[in-house]
Amino acid sequence: MNWRSIWAIARKDLMEVRQNKAAWIPAIVLPLMFAVIMPILFSAVSQFIPAEEAQKQLGDVEMMLKNLPPAVQAIFDGLKLEQMFVIYMTAFLLAPLFLIMPLMFSSVVGADSFVGERERKTMEALLYSPTTDMELFLGKVLAAVIPAISLSWLTYLVYIVVVNVASYGLFQRIWFPLPTWWPLMFWLTPAFALLGISATVMISARVKTFMEAYQLTGSLVVIVLALVIGQVSGVLFLGVGTVFLIGTLIWVVDIVLIRIAIRNFERSSLITKL
Amino acid sequence: MPIIEVNDLRRTFGENVAVDRMTFTVEPGEVFGLLGPNGAGKTTTVRLLNGILPPSEGTARVFGFDPTTQGEDIRRKTGVLTETPALYERLSARENLEFFATLQAIPESDVSRRVDEMLEFFELAPRAKDKVETFSKGMKQRLALARALIHKPPLLFLDEPTSGLDPEAAQQVNDLIANLTSANGQTVVLATHNLFEAQRLCDRVAVMNKGKILALGSLKELARKLWPVTWVDITFHVKPKGKVADALKIHRGVIQASAEDEALAVQVENEDVIPEVVRHLVNNGASILRVNPRDYTLEDIYFALQAGEA
Repeated sequence: MNWRSIWAIARKDLMEVRQNKAAWIPAIVLPLMFAVIMPILFSAVSQFIPAEEAQKQLGDVEMMLKNLPPAVQAIFDGLKLEQMFVIYMTAFLLAPLFLIMPLMFSSVVGADSFVGERERKTMEALLYSPTTDMELFLGKVLAAVIPAISLSWLTYLVYIVVVNVASYGLFQRIWFPLPTWWPLMFWLTPAFALLGISATVMISARVKTFMEAYQLTGSLVVIVLALVIGQVSGVLFLGVGTVFLIGTLIWVVDIVLIRIAIRNFERSSLITKL
Repeated sequence: MPIIEVNDLRRTFGENVAVDRMTFTVEPGEVFGLLGPNGAGKTTTVRLLNGILPPSEGTARVFGFDPTTQGEDIRRKTGVLTETPALYERLSARENLEFFATLQAIPESDVSRRVDEMLEFFELAPRAKDKVETFSKGMKQRLALARALIHKPPLLFLDEPTSGLDPEAAQQVNDLIANLTSANGQTVVLATHNLFEAQRLCDRVAVMNKGKILALGSLKELARKLWPVTWVDITFHVKPKGKVADALKIHRGVIQASAEDEALAVQVENEDVIPEVVRHLVNNGASILRVNPRDYTLEDIYFALQAGEA
């Protein structure tokens, strides 16, 4: 395995994506929204709304908290209603939404890398290089997965800082991240990044343009929405164990999809699609 | 030992036969043309020989390697200029070359020097940092040629190298190819439908149609195969005495002759007969200004073959 070639392909793909606004604008907007705007908004709501109004709004939160498992309810024991609201919104409700990022980043870069290269008619020269099919595949997968995971982790870091700073007046201490977030960041996020790229590779065989691939992989967001709805309705709560379990499931799906993708990623089939 | 050996090679795509039982060899230092209309199977042949596509039947060897199983070994020793430049338009000329130099396993310490050399040679150095999307078609083609040559491959495949270029840019690219082959002794496989280009650059050509080789050889060999007899045009300064055309017809090796004013057209069995014809005319008092055996162009040969196939 020639890792110099693999990194060269990954680096080249990233240089190209950097020039594609449709690819990198969401990579700035979404983290900004999730990591900065939303936690500030939730903290502000809890701190600046008049007490009577807040009491009315926060009453609903109390109802929601009753649906949580006892272990999680313990986190809220002895807290003021405003604090409960902030913890519930920033540490629980927003948590699954963060999974959109690795999924989206990897599928956007993947779509540009696998389908965009074909669309721009640059694939042929690459296929005439002495790299093996596996090296080509790995280079392109790394180009999608590495920035997806790095950007997600960077967003988590910003989120941790913003949440703690924005809610410091309310808690008078650093309280975030909660234990659930560790497996979310280091187990589920890479799994989702790989899911994004493996799904894109599968889709790329059937579509002709970057936008088509981008839109189709966007449908994967349904998984994240299902987690959000599950969490809100109380059907599925993302505790440490559940996150590990979902992560394991996604990793298994990833492995299956990647194996199929590797099997189908052949020069001979790529060249006939040009 | 030939650099390329192709034996009964066939490639189909469903019902469509792209390459149909091709057999040929290419010798070291030779410029070999694959000549044919669009859809003749030229590009598919280039892909088969580089191990990009597996053949349906038949065998090929490039530098002794089997393209089906040793494609990487072959591609390390070949450079391919694809029909479209296939350059990364959002990257600069330098970034394009550096990327392919890395893929071709040029040592990291040599990449920059080699890229500089190629940019200089192809007169692209002043635009090295500019994005390729700002380049003219001719510049893109020169950059694509630089990319194909970045690792100094002993075998170069050129697929329609002047396609879509204006005459000036096309001539520039052809001059570059001619210089490369004469200066470096590189073996070149030129896939083209441009007859002028093929006649100028190729030592031998395979004229193709619908995946088949219709004829194979040098221009002279092909002309001789198609027209085994030779026409000679003779122009007189002083005409010979008598009815010289009739007299020549009974001469051994002369097939026919026709006189017109100060000229005579003689069809002979082979070129060896020409000195005898000239001697005969001079003995009959002729003073000869010019003797021109008729040359066939690749265009004559190509259209004769394609018409035969049709």
